[in-house]
Amino acid sequence: MTIQQLSVFVENKSGAMLNILNLLKVEGIQLLAVNIADTVEYGIFRIICSEPSKAYKLLQEAGISVTLTDVFAIELDDKVGELARVLEIFHNESISITYLYSFLLNGKGIMIFRTADSDRTREIVILNKLKFIAERDLYSLV
Amino acid sequence: MDKSQYLHPDKELMSRAEIEALQLERLQKTVRHCMNSPFYKKRFDSIGLTPDDIKSLDDLKKIPFTTKQDLRDTYPFGIASVPLEKCVRLHSSSGTTGNPTVILHTQRDLDEWANAVARCLHMVGLRPTDVFQNSSGYGMFTGGLGFQYGAERLGMLTVPAAAGNTLRQLKFIKDFGTTALHAIPSYAARLYEVMVEQGIDPRRDTKLKTLVIGAEPHSEEQRRRIEDMLGVKAYNSFGMSEMCGPGVAFECKEQNGLHIWEDYYIVEIVNPDTLEPVPEGEVGELVLTTINREGMPLLRYRTRDLTRILPGECPCGRHHKRLDRMQGRSDDMIILKGVNIFPIQIEKILLQFKELSTDYLITLETLEHNDAMTVEVEISSLFTDDYARLEKLTKEITRQLKDEILVTPKVKLVANGSLPKSEGKAVRVKDLRKTY
Repeated sequence: MTIQQLSVFVENKSGAMLNILNLLKVEGIQLLAVNIADTVEYGIFRIICSEPSKAYKLLQEAGISVTLTDVFAIELDDKVGELARVLEIFHNESISITYLYSFLLNGKGIMIFRTADSDRTREIVILNKLKFIAERDLYSLV
Repeated sequence: MDKSQYLHPDKELMSRAEIEALQLERLQKTVRHCMNSPFYKKRFDSIGLTPDDIKSLDDLKKIPFTTKQDLRDTYPFGIASVPLEKCVRLHSSSGTTGNPTVILHTQRDLDEWANAVARCLHMVGLRPTDVFQNSSGYGMFTGGLGFQYGAERLGMLTVPAAAGNTLRQLKFIKDFGTTALHAIPSYAARLYEVMVEQGIDPRRDTKLKTLVIGAEPHSEEQRRRIEDMLGVKAYNSFGMSEMCGPGVAFECKEQNGLHIWEDYYIVEIVNPDTLEPVPEGEVGELVLTTINREGMPLLRYRTRDLTRILPGECPCGRHHKRLDRMQGRSDDMIILKGVNIFPIQIEKILLQFKELSTDYLITLETLEHNDAMTVEVEISSLFTDDYARLEKLTKEITRQLKDEILVTPKVKLVANGSLPKSEGKAVRVKDLRKTY
């Protein structure tokens, strides 16, 4: 139900993200999705990629501030109103979303998100029969 | 000669020979008195020195230096030369993790301190008809009570406004007809900014004519700018808590160097490495011996301030030596907004955060007209991917630093490895202020 996301601390300066991406490229790690917000001084560069554990290790060895975070990955139908339908389920359960981003993979919409209460979120996903994606399945879609 | 321009003509107008004769008399008395101090007694005994060995001013050199470390090692009362019951006040440096320093004062010390400050204020033309507002912090910060008692001694109406609340300061200036203000230079500039915002023209709407500025390094250019902005004459003040506080040295109306009161202090300028005297007029570390203090005299105290004695005579008629503007420090102490800060204080706080690496960088800069400190810290391993928790960490670091150093720094998280490494001689402080 959850997949591993790399979260990398990057300063707001030119080349900061590029440096990270080059390190991943050399080791043949493929990116599926990336996300960063436009904050003032620093950002958290969030990355979904193949072999997250390997990527984590190599970034850490390069002295980069990085963490692995478990995030939820839900498959959505590629149709109007689908994301709203899913968010409404969480809203009705009073679960607020910490952050969310999405991408398309082989015609499937994938929603990545975190909430303040992972256990409750897990329950809601199961009870509402949301189509979650396991780590193994995600990479088999590539 | 018109003696009315001197508050203490008998002291202010002494010739060099008279100054030196008085200094020798007071030095001998001070050294004898210091034998009541456990610290100095032990130190003199250890090198076989006795007060009788001080026969001339030149013999001062036989006495070992006193350092800030000595003050810390003897914290809180170990250097005092009188029993504690004779003391009526103490001032202590900031710091909760660093070693503070304490200076003890008897009633006589406070009286003489007030006299010195009154002399300074009188020298720049202030009289009992003036209204003197003090925007220093009161309490342990000596710029508060030091100027308060000095201004009262001179007989001025005093407005102990204390630090902060600029709108209230402005109301006092207008309502009470303040003619003289003591402020740190960056605050004087801040005051002007708010005046402009409020549509107040300092020349038209206030009676301000004299500003006393000090406790923060500033350039001649900065002084002229303050004078232009506020339509005042601004005079440089020098003091330090170890020497009571303000009133050690002060500019006269010539605004060319700060007369150091040699009936209170013996001045030496030494090379901070060799500790030998530098040739006349060259920059070195200021070393001061108090010769008019009872509670806690300090012999050959290394101030760590770098300055020089200005050569030549001052047209004002005073023969007390003139110190040049302070040109920096021979240690790593930072002076920001009138507060003395050592990088080690900051380091000790940062080390308590396991989220951070051991590297940090302190940057001092003048933003608009205000001096500001930025502390960059490296996030060692990212412990969260939550912006809110990183913000919380930043706030907590800021709060703890503020509690320690009394000014609020801007704390900036930076990526691991982006600051100079701690091995070798890392640059910890970057001072970009245009002061020296």
